[in-house]
Amino acid sequence: MSLKGFHVVFVTASALLALGFGVWCFTSPLASSAGYRVAGAVAMLAAIGLVIYGFAFYRKISEIQR
Amino acid sequence: MSVEIPYITKPRPDTGLTNGKLGVWLFLASEVMLFGAFFSSYAYLRAGNTWDDFAFGRPGIEIAADAHADEHADEHAEHATDDHHGDAHGEATAHGGHEGLSTPLQPSIPMATFNTIVLIASSVTVVLAWASLLLKNFGRFRLYWGITIAFAFVFLVVKYFEYCGKFAHGFYPKTSPLLGLYFLMTFLHVIHVIGGIIVNGYLLGPGSKMWKTDPERFTQRIEVAGLYWHFVDLVWIFLFPILYLLSG
Repeated sequence: MSLKGFHVVFVTASALLALGFGVWCFTSPLASSAGYRVAGAVAMLAAIGLVIYGFAFYRKISEIQR
Repeated sequence: MSVEIPYITKPRPDTGLTNGKLGVWLFLASEVMLFGAFFSSYAYLRAGNTWDDFAFGRPGIEIAADAHADEHADEHAEHATDDHHGDAHGEATAHGGHEGLSTPLQPSIPMATFNTIVLIASSVTVVLAWASLLLKNFGRFRLYWGITIAFAFVFLVVKYFEYCGKFAHGFYPKTSPLLGLYFLMTFLHVIHVIGGIIVNGYLLGPGSKMWKTDPERFTQRIEVAGLYWHFVDLVWIFLFPILYLLSG
């Protein structure tokens, strides 16, 4: 697997982590303070951002390698 | 007489990979087994202990103070001495002696979250550096590669403060199975980050001379180093939820 492929895997894992962290912030008893609610919302947005970045990266790097 | 080493920049016909890429993937496979053993240990120890024993240590092991709130550290130590002297530490937790502290790693979650962001960003800069070389822009490569190394140092500094916080509150590897594995796995990861800094530093400094003599081979080296760095970051992507978020 090339760095291109591994980066796509990595971004996918990061997006899933961000999504999971967002859910954790809203549901876990460990995340009781209001700051965690904000962090959770930011993490959800980051998950969406990472997915968009992943698609953009794949398209761009494929163009460069052509 | 010089011997030319084949398959440095062109893939081998039998594996479809260059020598460097094949080598790094074999190395990463061994790393998966190394970290996999510790992840398995974590699952085994967690399943085989009660939560209090796993997180806070066996009854009778004294923990200096509550790691939850620095400002109340003395007060908590007093509580632990007066109310629970010689008693199970888990009982102290169950009776609210730790004010809702569910795990010794709980106070580290904000720092670990910050470090996660730092490492994800560093993987992006690694790829940007590699893409810059594909576009023959060496100046841009140096910028992104330097930022990657800076991110790695930021990670280490935050980790240093995280460890100091643990030690200051009497949390050591011997304290409990959770903390034993926490220190073992995170320090092993720290060693890998330091290794990455050394390799990436070489490629930014003396190793970068190759760009002038053999740019294709240098780009290949950067890709291989990038694969290693992605692996180091991917390990953290697994460590963060398992050690911090699910430890409560």
